[in-house]
Amino acid sequence: MYGPLIIKPGTSRNNKTGSWRVELKPKFLQKDCIGCKMCAVICPEGCIQGEAKNTYICDYEFCKGCGACALICPKKDILMIKEE
Amino acid sequence: MKDHLFAAGHTACSGCGQVMAARLVIDASGKNTVVVNNTGCLEVLSTKYPESAWEIPWLHSLFENAAAVASGVESGLKYLGKKEGTNIIAQGGDGSTADIGLQALSGMLERGHDILYVCYDNEAYMNTGVQRSGLTPFDTNTTTSPTGALAVGNLRPKKPMPEIAAAHGIPYVATASVGFPQDIQKKVKKAFSVKGPKYIQIHVPCPLGWRYEPQLSINIGKLAVECGLYPLIEYENGKLSGVKQIQPKPVEEYLKAQGRFKHLLSKPEEIKKIQEIADSNIQKYGLKLPAATG
Repeated sequence: MYGPLIIKPGTSRNNKTGSWRVELKPKFLQKDCIGCKMCAVICPEGCIQGEAKNTYICDYEFCKGCGACALICPKKDILMIKEE
Repeated sequence: MKDHLFAAGHTACSGCGQVMAARLVIDASGKNTVVVNNTGCLEVLSTKYPESAWEIPWLHSLFENAAAVASGVESGLKYLGKKEGTNIIAQGGDGSTADIGLQALSGMLERGHDILYVCYDNEAYMNTGVQRSGLTPFDTNTTTSPTGALAVGNLRPKKPMPEIAAAHGIPYVATASVGFPQDIQKKVKKAFSVKGPKYIQIHVPCPLGWRYEPQLSINIGKLAVECGLYPLIEYENGKLSGVKQIQPKPVEEYLKAQGRFKHLLSKPEEIKKIQEIADSNIQKYGLKLPAATG
């Protein structure tokens, strides 16, 4: 085999892209969530997980803070808050 | 995050529409998939050597080659008797599909390989810094079609790629948009339910090149569909078989949301020309919902 070869799959997880966040981060209130999964479906990082309603949460190690989850949430159960 | 076949930690811009679409496509396709990628944003951001975001076999060979290399992968798997149950995806951006890789794609469609070709259409060469491509819409401001005294923006209309693919008479051609995520997965699953070459073109908003706030990707994708500038259509065996009907919105709503069209807002005559493009789409595909059901 010629050329650069990457043998292990999914190794990009070594990149903790959470450090890219500049100002805001999502806060999952887990109060009015109806479990529609839309936040998990559209998250560009694929870092939102949850099983049933009021369990969805993102992995801040990877979240780049784009805010798409907060905008798509039909119940406004995700807020963008200032990074501490 | 083990359940996604496209892992976190890739180096896409915050709010990237292409990555949303790529993850939906690969998750709908399942783990028995081989992906062959053209050069472009998706290739660069997903495989920062020595790391890869893909959980499935993935290949890259030059800018225009995904369709040709995927044809070889398909034939090879057939020879080894391992083709059954394996999905093959060739994918690339709009530049590598409609400009640089068009002849490789046309060859793949004509030879009848059992491959799904996915074009992520962000309407310019975003990876190299927003140069115009064949799929850049009319009047768009890009670095190679700037607005000024001699031109308003991109002089030429968008290349009708879905029609070009459908003219090959292949079993399935569809357009989708990241504004309708479930629709993307539905169309990918439908594509894999038929044998032969398939082509899906997905509209993927780009916060950097289109100049809007990163959280708005989904909304802007939706607006493009709802004003008629990006009709969601399906062709089966060369014939139009499905359209997503809409209550048309004025194109201005879509244009004013993006920096790349900012120069048009003071030029009502140009907005009229773009409205004409949307109106002709609406008429051509019958996109308008009947008034009674609206």
